[in-house]
Amino acid sequence: MQQSEFLNVVMPFKDKLFRLAKRLLVSTEEAEDATQEILLKLWTKNTSFDRYKSVEAFAMTMTKNFCLDRLKSKQAGNLKLVHSNYQEKGSLLQKQIEAKDSVNWVERIMAELPEQQKMVLQLRDVEEYDYDEIAEMLDMQPTAVRVALSRARKTVREKLVQKHSYGIG
Amino acid sequence: MELDNIEKLIEKYLEATTTVAEEKALKVYFAQDEVASHLEQYAPMFRYFSGAKEEQFTQQVALDQIANAAPRRKKANYKWLSVAAVGLLMFGLYFGNIETKLEEEYTQEEIAQAQQALSLLSMNFNKGSQQLAHLKEFEKNTNKFLIK
Repeated sequence: MQQSEFLNVVMPFKDKLFRLAKRLLVSTEEAEDATQEILLKLWTKNTSFDRYKSVEAFAMTMTKNFCLDRLKSKQAGNLKLVHSNYQEKGSLLQKQIEAKDSVNWVERIMAELPEQQKMVLQLRDVEEYDYDEIAEMLDMQPTAVRVALSRARKTVREKLVQKHSYGIG
Repeated sequence: MELDNIEKLIEKYLEATTTVAEEKALKVYFAQDEVASHLEQYAPMFRYFSGAKEEQFTQQVALDQIANAAPRRKKANYKWLSVAAVGLLMFGLYFGNIETKLEEEYTQEEIAQAQQALSLLSMNFNKGSQQLAHLKEFEKNTNKFLIK
């Protein structure tokens, strides 16, 4: 496979890989590195593309595994620090941009979710994949995907309401 | 879209039974400025999800530099490593054999002569070192004085 062909295959979903990586790793730089790494891995595997039902789903699974490995490794400690710094900064935001801020809250609330719910929510509500696709990507049962999704959505709503009333009071 | 409908959709949404199309309808509804006040709380969620999709991977896909160079170089390394290992092995075998070749190169007589010459040398050497034993006596006596 030529590079241009490969890029044509990969281009449509590289942003999705990046966003999933960022959802899991939080830091943009980490996510960029992870995406590069995954694209490279894909490139080295490009001869076996035909074997996979969907290259996109395969790439998403790779991203998931790669990021979870990253989080498990030592570097995860650094990432958490980055995140807590970011939260600090968030609390100092001015009142006038509160409307925009509450949108940002969603991001922070999502960061607090368990990894699996994070991924399900990202894949469904941001990337708008089907349940079956998500089940395949995450190697879960479709019913388990629904349960996780429902839980994630309810948690986000509850925390959002909490933060909102707290912010006003 | 009617408010009634939206409320139902949200209900379904939280139970994760909505279709992608229905979720899109929700996103469209919450993207507008006027949202019913009791539904306001959901607005940030859907606005965030719509916004989050805009984020893009801005870096260049650096396949040219890394993908071409790195894997090939790695493979080449292993190849040359094995070549070097084989070379080293041959080298070792060659010089390992030389010792046994010595016996083939020289006749039994020559070896015996050499051994004789060497034993003569060692005998004389031992004689010399026996003489040196007298020096120890010197040391003993001088030590006696020195220690006192």
